[in-house]
Amino acid sequence: MDMNQYLDIFIEESKEHLQSMNQILLKLENNHGDIDMINEIFRVAHTIKGMAGTMGYTHTAHLTHEMENALQLVRSGEIEINASIIDVLFQCLDKLEKYVLEVETKGNEGDDDSVGLIKLIKKTIHKNDEENVNEKNEIAAALNIDRIKVGIHVENAVKKAWEKEYNTYLIGVELSKKCMLKAARAYIVINELERLAEIIYSNPSIEDIEDEKFDLEFQLIVITKVDEKVISNKLKNVMEIESISIVDLKKNNVLQIDKVDDNSLDFDGDTKFTDDVNIDVNTVQNQRNKVDAEKKISKPKIGKTVRVDIERLDNLMNLVSELIIIKTRLEDIDSDGTNPNIHEATEYLERITTSLHDSVMKVRMVPVERVFNRFPRMVRDLAKELGKEITLKMQGQETELDRTVIDEIGEPLIHLIRNSIDHGIEQPSLRVTLGKPKEATVELIAYSDGNSVVMEVADDGAGINLETIRNKAVERSLILNEERQTMGDEDVIKLLFNAGFSTANEVSDLSGRGVGLDVVRTKIESLGGNIEVNTTLGKGSRFIIRLPLTLAIIQALLVKTSSEKYAIPLNSIKEITSINESKIREIQGNEVVLYRNETLPIKRLAGIFNVESELANYENQDEKIIVIVKKGDKTIGIVVDDLIGQQEVVIKSLGKYLANIKSIAGATILGNGSIALIVDTNSFF
Amino acid sequence: MKKTNKYVVFKLKEEYYGIPISYVKTLEKTTDITRVPNADNYVKGVMNLRGEVVPVIDLRLRFGFEKKEEDEDARTIVLEIDDIVIGLNVDSSSEVLTIDDEDIDSAAKFTNSFEDDFIKGIGKFDDRMIIIIDTHKLVNTCHKEN
Repeated sequence: MDMNQYLDIFIEESKEHLQSMNQILLKLENNHGDIDMINEIFRVAHTIKGMAGTMGYTHTAHLTHEMENALQLVRSGEIEINASIIDVLFQCLDKLEKYVLEVETKGNEGDDDSVGLIKLIKKTIHKNDEENVNEKNEIAAALNIDRIKVGIHVENAVKKAWEKEYNTYLIGVELSKKCMLKAARAYIVINELERLAEIIYSNPSIEDIEDEKFDLEFQLIVITKVDEKVISNKLKNVMEIESISIVDLKKNNVLQIDKVDDNSLDFDGDTKFTDDVNIDVNTVQNQRNKVDAEKKISKPKIGKTVRVDIERLDNLMNLVSELIIIKTRLEDIDSDGTNPNIHEATEYLERITTSLHDSVMKVRMVPVERVFNRFPRMVRDLAKELGKEITLKMQGQETELDRTVIDEIGEPLIHLIRNSIDHGIEQPSLRVTLGKPKEATVELIAYSDGNSVVMEVADDGAGINLETIRNKAVERSLILNEERQTMGDEDVIKLLFNAGFSTANEVSDLSGRGVGLDVVRTKIESLGGNIEVNTTLGKGSRFIIRLPLTLAIIQALLVKTSSEKYAIPLNSIKEITSINESKIREIQGNEVVLYRNETLPIKRLAGIFNVESELANYENQDEKIIVIVKKGDKTIGIVVDDLIGQQEVVIKSLGKYLANIKSIAGATILGNGSIALIVDTNSFF
Repeated sequence: MKKTNKYVVFKLKEEYYGIPISYVKTLEKTTDITRVPNADNYVKGVMNLRGEVVPVIDLRLRFGFEKKEEDEDARTIVLEIDDIVIGLNVDSSSEVLTIDDEDIDSAAKFTNSFEDDFIKGIGKFDDRMIIIIDTHKLVNTCHKEN
């Protein structure tokens, strides 16, 4: 069968599952006893195993199988979750992520069969187990059970069942020699039994029975409320059975602890955990109820989501954009307002297009959770590596952003969080001396604010020492020694975002290479956003990122130069003013003006775009309209002939053919159907 | 069996040219065009093709002919090749002709005119000569020069 068509689904879904596994593991780390979490991980591992098995990725399937085995023990209460198990599970997660990545990039999962890791899983579980084994052996000895070799877990389960006054039976089934489909027949038997009882042991293992790896006989140990007559009656109805034997374990102690089997796990490649799984009837029942309850809650949710190719959404967005354009056109036609009917109709159309636009935008929106998800793990690992104690508090994961922005924002956030942890937060011992809580807090907050989304990365660490920055800046000749004292605190902080600036005294693995913050700033500015810092020495720092909701539709100022219309993105405009021509001076071939006691470089849009300015036709030709645009902390004044007004514009690319036209960021279609070019103000700096 | 292709035929100066119909997206009356500053001189600008921003080049300037004022007959042929959508301004265009591959002579024979580079061959239809344009070359050369 051709699997290629399923490959994408496999990759996509595996990633989702691994992501949720990651989250649960982190939660589990803080709350070892949560059986729901364990069930959830188990389910995820099981799903991945199934998918990988179908796709023929044996390494993945094998590893998840081992994880399942280990988790099953935890689930049944055999072993308790501890830090080392979680570490191993994290390692498994990493490995699985690696496999999926390999599949995605190379089409196969690679040669790494993770033998070492599987050994580690077994070792970890076993080490854990051993402590318990001794104790359990004593119980077994007291019971004086022999004849049938079973794992310690079965033993334990049987004992528990007795305490709760359930019946335990050893059922031997011999199939008729004429039986053609032994596995199917055995399956019917097991199925029948499962309705009445919990099967806690089978010889051979259930898997072997399913694979028909047995002769004619098999044995099962069950825990049940019903008595043996009911069972034997039920089983007699099954055809092709030669004989059935039912032994009450309470009356006949036939079990023997097979310690060897248990220990063999250490070196035996093929685990036999399934054989000695111990299930406490009550726990199982509880778990089932819980799982059922979960299913009830989660099922409708599944039915409500649809996977859609992003291209289709883009297409939809384009159509909506066109609708907005034609709507504006209709409004223009209607502007004289002579026909009240048309006026009413266009107003209605306006309302519909606005809400349609909103809905389509929302469809393209993704919660920032997608980005945030990877941080708990990162913080955990970093904290461990640096020997710091850190809690990550996340807030507003449900805040939504356009997909295009989401894909880009991850990297800057990683930079900031690393910065906080590496530079900001002090060593635990130092924190204690400073009278701060030993455990530091890093906060990651997202919320929407009008037409933009704000993300904050805050820590309660050392804060930024402005004096150090001043010194460093002088050292690196970023500022003059004289500027040192005159420079305001805010300007000093801005130096942080300069290229080649790093304040870490020691360069660590993580940061301090001096590329951090300026990369962050560049990235965020390229997304049309901005970043600022609040910091208090000794109290901590807070980085605040402000991002536009979407990149496809922006607010722009329409300006005119000569007869041509241009759009300037509103978020790059600082202010608009008018200046008398006589005040513009030429210094070394560049025009500047003294504005608010600062020199402001002046560029003329007509000059940049090679058109004749029509200013001569205006009456007060000496007063020039200046649009002051900013990039970071730099400003430039742009002379335009006239202002038309603010408008929401849909950004369209000029297409491949005209890629890389200087100073033009794209085009937009105006209400009257004509095209205005969008000015790339960043190119002026 | 004879292999034939359909060509959209247009007029530029005094000659007729043909473009394989499979590349032609639409044929439009030449409309308002927004000038794109800092682009090559033969790039007339961008037009609004039903919500899509499409670059338009003036084929006369591209081939090094003198400029001609637009009149009623002026047309913009919109092509789509290799994911690039582009409009070509031509003097007029009104027919589609089917030309046998056999009736097209290779361009190697003609080697001394402006539009040299962009000629794929000369097609004969009845007594007329149709200059077949190498569309890929036309689009990609412009593209690279930018």
